[in-house]
Amino acid sequence: MVELRAGSVDDEVQTLPLRSADDVVRVRQAVRTCAVELGFSLVDQTKLVTAASELARNTIDYGRGGDCDLVVVRSGERVGLRLVFRDDGPGIADVEQALRDGYTTGNGLGMGLGGARRLVDEFAIDSTVGVGTTIEVTRWTWKR
Amino acid sequence: MDRIPILKVGENLLVTIQVDLDDRVALALQDDLTEKIVATRAHGVLIDISSLEVVDSFIGRMLGNIAAMSRVLDARTVVVGMQPQVAITLVELGLSLPDIATALSVDAGMEALARAGGG
Repeated sequence: MVELRAGSVDDEVQTLPLRSADDVVRVRQAVRTCAVELGFSLVDQTKLVTAASELARNTIDYGRGGDCDLVVVRSGERVGLRLVFRDDGPGIADVEQALRDGYTTGNGLGMGLGGARRLVDEFAIDSTVGVGTTIEVTRWTWKR
Repeated sequence: MDRIPILKVGENLLVTIQVDLDDRVALALQDDLTEKIVATRAHGVLIDISSLEVVDSFIGRMLGNIAAMSRVLDARTVVVGMQPQVAITLVELGLSLPDIATALSVDAGMEALARAGGG
């Protein structure tokens, strides 16, 4: 997977645990608050929060729990919110297959990973079987 | 754990989702609604999601399940009040909820149920 990492200065990092269904709600709320502060439009906020919800649930259901970093990133006239989901679960054997719509090893719809990718500007996944999975997504907006 | 109240309004059941749904609450609602449909012999279910700021694939699946389960129990489901940005996001996520009837408001949903012979 090609990693698109725009040159940017990272600041303001927040880390939230992902262990239970409550934590998914807390991540959604933290992402929403941060996206509002950064001046994201309502549609952009909703897309990023929805992507966060999918990925947070995956971290718990498939990765056996982990955590999520919220990182504010800046690049020229743009500001973005980067979310990094980390688990040390079983890993994903076939990443391309996992990204395909309708593919699921659990009891979901199989829309989570591929769907989340469509809702963000940048998406990178790093997974090693037996070691864990890290998924990094970023959505950008223009500085106010 | 929070439970979402289910109100009987005429021949229909009305559910107004006002909390940020966690997965367990969503699953409990599915169970509670099917029981309530049978207990009240309701022929219509209105689910008002106008306060919901996020509908992800899990909640989308729950709404689809509720529609399918109520159909089996001889009740129709109408999901009402979806916010425009939620609709945009759902479709981009890949979920267009093809099996779920929708309406823009509770009133319009009630009318749809009445027309379908449920109200």
